[in-house]
Amino acid sequence: MLYFIEQCLNGVQLGMLLFLLAAGLTLIFGIMDLVNLAHGSLYMLGAYFAATFAEATDSFVIGAILALAATFVSGVVLEIIAIRPLYGRNHLDHVLGTFGILIFFNDLVRLIWGPAGMTLSLPSEMLNAVQVIPGIYYPVYRLVIIAVSLAVGALLYFTVMRTRLGMLIRAGASNREMVGALGINIKLLYTLVFGLGAALAGFAGLMQAPILMVQIGMGENILILAFVVIIIGGVGSIRGAFVASILVGLIDTIGRAFVPDMLRSVLNASGASTLGPALASMLIYVLMAGILVFRPEGLFPAATR
Amino acid sequence: MIRPMLLGSAVLALVAMPAMSQQKTVKIGFVSSFSGPVAVIGNDMRNSFELGLDHVGRKLGGLPVEVIYEDDEIKPDVGLQKTQKLIQSDHVDFLVGYIWSNVMLASLPAMVDSKTMTVITNAGASQLAGDQCSPYVFSTSFQNDQVPAAVGTYMNTKGIKSVFLMAPNYTAGKDMTTGFKSTFKGQIVGEEYTRWPDQLDFSAELSKIRAAKPDAVYVFYPGGPGVQFMTQYAQAGLKGQIPLYSGFTVDDLSLPRLKDLAVGSQSAMMWVSDLPNDTNKKFVSDYKAKYKTLPSFYGADTYDAVALLNDAVTAVNGDLTNKEGMRKEMEKANFKSVRDGFKFNNNHVPIQNFYLEEARKDDDGSYSLHTLSTIVKDDQDAYHTQCPMK
Repeated sequence: MLYFIEQCLNGVQLGMLLFLLAAGLTLIFGIMDLVNLAHGSLYMLGAYFAATFAEATDSFVIGAILALAATFVSGVVLEIIAIRPLYGRNHLDHVLGTFGILIFFNDLVRLIWGPAGMTLSLPSEMLNAVQVIPGIYYPVYRLVIIAVSLAVGALLYFTVMRTRLGMLIRAGASNREMVGALGINIKLLYTLVFGLGAALAGFAGLMQAPILMVQIGMGENILILAFVVIIIGGVGSIRGAFVASILVGLIDTIGRAFVPDMLRSVLNASGASTLGPALASMLIYVLMAGILVFRPEGLFPAATR
Repeated sequence: MIRPMLLGSAVLALVAMPAMSQQKTVKIGFVSSFSGPVAVIGNDMRNSFELGLDHVGRKLGGLPVEVIYEDDEIKPDVGLQKTQKLIQSDHVDFLVGYIWSNVMLASLPAMVDSKTMTVITNAGASQLAGDQCSPYVFSTSFQNDQVPAAVGTYMNTKGIKSVFLMAPNYTAGKDMTTGFKSTFKGQIVGEEYTRWPDQLDFSAELSKIRAAKPDAVYVFYPGGPGVQFMTQYAQAGLKGQIPLYSGFTVDDLSLPRLKDLAVGSQSAMMWVSDLPNDTNKKFVSDYKAKYKTLPSFYGADTYDAVALLNDAVTAVNGDLTNKEGMRKEMEKANFKSVRDGFKFNNNHVPIQNFYLEEARKDDDGSYSLHTLSTIVKDDQDAYHTQCPMK
């Protein structure tokens, strides 16, 4: 039982990270109607910025804050230069355009930082595990990820639902022209939303960096998961992204933890160890397919957002 | 009148062919990984190969050398494509390199079918040592099973009763656990394979290790993923609780990044930078002078490939079409290796010693691996009997 709880914590931690990424993706898609494949590149940029700044300042926290600002600025610049011409076009153009941006960023990073990748080391007090409840030890840093992501999620929810900026964002999503006609600078609003999405992606990247490698293409695998999350959660819904992230994180982790063992009881050992990991990584796609068949608009359709 | 002249010149041209081939350059195709999380390995191999060429005056058997480096992107299909390109459009005389067992196995038929003389400098798939061995393919590295088997032998002497195994889910990962089980006498309490190369978060597996409470853990995670594994092992608070043994995970490339996280960790290897023979001393000190860092075993095996090829081309007087002659010479292992007592087995895989090595922090603040003892002497891989070559 304790083991199961520990695996659930692992799942929630992965889910939180996915939420940071999916929230930005779903905001951009829901409000600006833009399919952004380059979201993973901003995730990668966040990690690279954090590794660079942390090395320069010798502090993880300062590095992270600087990286957050740098990714926000990168997002704003990217929106002004490359994303604006894509508004109002169809989704295929978005996919092609942002896919080009993704390739561009991979090579840009290769030019600036080299092909080898970087590591972002943690302060030594985070290099340990603490007892969460009696019998369960959990890595401090992963707890930090859960806590910080929850805080960011709450802040995001508050901003969108309770502030004037959030009201404008929601209004812009329902009727772009009308908001413009009321004298709101909708262009600036879009740039801000894109920058916010970029900062969220960069934040996910820099939080993940000490656990994983900082490397070229690091955003691509996780972007696929983020898309699965927004399809399950309902496109454009932050609440949906939150619930679906945790769902996907839990299913992926618990699948990895238990499917190989379950297979071992029906198959021989070598067959199970080959099939197990493959089957476990399929589970979330099975869930997505199920959602698409029975509830194509997702768990929390954007209309009820 | 024109006809006989034409015929005559054609005959002349044919006669002149071997003479002309003596003037040409030796073309070498080098396949390794130069991008992504394992690019450090490819760079180390390239650096060592370049240093080896410097040491022979950038000539093999007196012929100038041209090397074409290709990136396999850790993907078997890309590796095969690059191998075919090197064979078919660059017409290389030799193929060198290959880190990954699955990439090498995918490219193997292309090497063998085209009868291209090949020196594998890392990938040690059991198939290559066994029934897929080839007269044209040599390995200067090892067979995958040998390293974990040596670690298993050592762990028996430490009185370790239960072990948890972890490796990536691909060819070499399977070899690693098979090799370990072939010598380890205690109980295997868990065995996990993770997606390769994209799974870098091991949280679920680390929780399993904690729940299984083994005496020790043995893992195989080469390149960047190894750094991630060691870091996460420490983050999970397992370091210091359950001793961690590894193979191909803590090496001279990952150690400068792992630093204190790896100090004290032990493994087995057929080469360590402090091996006291003269060839190795020259290799290590020149490498340090040129690249400001220590070479790894990947580099050591690749450095040996230059000496092996130089010997082969010298033996046939630069006649690169004489593959039989080159093969016979290479089988004698008549070159000065960075390892003592280097011999080839019937399957063209080395017979060599495996040493116990430990990661330490040196007095000058840098980190390096030190040889502690010899675990097995003149070790032969378990698959050589399946190889039909005599």
